[in-house]
Amino acid sequence: MIAGLYIDGTSAVHRATAGIKILAMVALGTGVFLIPDWPVAAAVLATVIVLYPVSGFGLRVLWAQIKPMIWLLAVFFAVQLWLHDWQAGLLVVTRVAAIVLFAALVTLTTKTSAMLDSLERAMQPLRPIGVNPQKVSLAISMVLRFIPVIATVASEIRDAQRARGLDKSILAMVVPLIIRTLKMADDVADAIDARSFDPD
Amino acid sequence: MKTKDIVYIALFAALTAALGLFPPITLPVTGVPITAQSLGPMLAGAILGARRGALSIILFLVLVAVGLPLLSGGRGGFGVMIGVTGGFMFGWAISAFIIGLLIEKFWNHLNVFNAALSIVFGGIVVLYAIGNAWVAVVADISYWQATVGSAPFLIGGAIKVVIATAACLAVRRAYPLISKAG
Repeated sequence: MIAGLYIDGTSAVHRATAGIKILAMVALGTGVFLIPDWPVAAAVLATVIVLYPVSGFGLRVLWAQIKPMIWLLAVFFAVQLWLHDWQAGLLVVTRVAAIVLFAALVTLTTKTSAMLDSLERAMQPLRPIGVNPQKVSLAISMVLRFIPVIATVASEIRDAQRARGLDKSILAMVVPLIIRTLKMADDVADAIDARSFDPD
Repeated sequence: MKTKDIVYIALFAALTAALGLFPPITLPVTGVPITAQSLGPMLAGAILGARRGALSIILFLVLVAVGLPLLSGGRGGFGVMIGVTGGFMFGWAISAFIIGLLIEKFWNHLNVFNAALSIVFGGIVVLYAIGNAWVAVVADISYWQATVGSAPFLIGGAIKVVIATAACLAVRRAYPLISKAG
C-alpha cells in the first residue's frame, strides 16, 4: 500500500479541519500575488516558516520541503536580477516559497483519508451536473489497488521480453502492459457488475 | 457511464502513477530530466478518448493533491500542484482531452500521421502553451522567456510522442476502446 505524505502530530494545525486548511491555502495562494513589495512577502514567508515548529516539525522536515525547489528559486532570482533588480528577485522568490511551503504544510498535517472525506463532501453539490460521489470513491480505491498490480505485470513483461532480447525496447514493454491491464480491467468491471454495483 | 468506463479511468490513472516509478533519464548536455510520467496523459487521451482520458488524468491529479506521493520522484501534495510547474499538471488533463478529441475524429482512418499530429497538438502545443503561461505568471517573467526556458524539455516530449503514437496504433489494432461511427 502507498503511504501518504502525512506526518502524525497533535498540534493545532493538525487538528484544524481539512476544509479550513485548503481554504486558507487558496486564500494565501491568491493573496501573495497581490503583494507588491518584497518585505511584505518576506513577512508572509516568515509566518509560514514559524508554522512548522508550531506544528511540531523540525528543521529537517522544513528543509526537505525547500530542497526540491532551491535551484528553481535560484534561477528565478537570477532572471529577475538580470531583467530588473534584486528587490524584484526577492519578491518572486519569497512569494513562491511562501505558497509552496504552506501547501506542503497542509499536506504534512492532513491525513489522506481526511482529505478524501472532505472531497466527498465537496462533491455532493455537484450531483445535479452528473458527478456521482460513490463512483468517484470506487474509482479512487481502484487506482490504489491497480498501482501495485501494474508494477507486477510490468516486471513479468520485462522478464518475458528479456528472454526475447527485447528488454531495451520501450514499446515492447508499454504495448503488452496496456493490453494485458485492459483485459484485466474488463474482468474487474464484470466482477463489479456481477455483484450488482449500482450507484444510480 | 458504465462500470467498465470507471474501471478504465481508474486503470489509466494508476498507469500514469506507475509511469512515475521509472527513474528519470537525464539528458547528457543540458541536464534536463525526462520522466516517463508525462506519457500518461498522451496514452490516456489516445487510447481512452477525450472524456474518459481527461477524467483519468483528473482522478490522478486529485490523488496527488490529497497527499499521495504519486508524481515521479515520490512527490505529491498541494505544494507541487500550485508550485511553478503546476500549469503543466493542470495542462495534462486538457492535453488528454484534446488528444482524445482528435483521435476520435480521425478514428476510422487513423494512421501514423494523423495520430502523431493529434498527440503533438494536444501533448506539446496545448500543454506547453498552458504550462509556460503558468510559469510566466509565477516567476514574473515574459511568456517568451518561459517558452525559451521550457524548450529543452521538448526533446523528451518528442520521444514520448513517438512512443504514444506507436502504442496508440498498436492498441487500436489489438484492443480498440474508441468506437466512432461516421
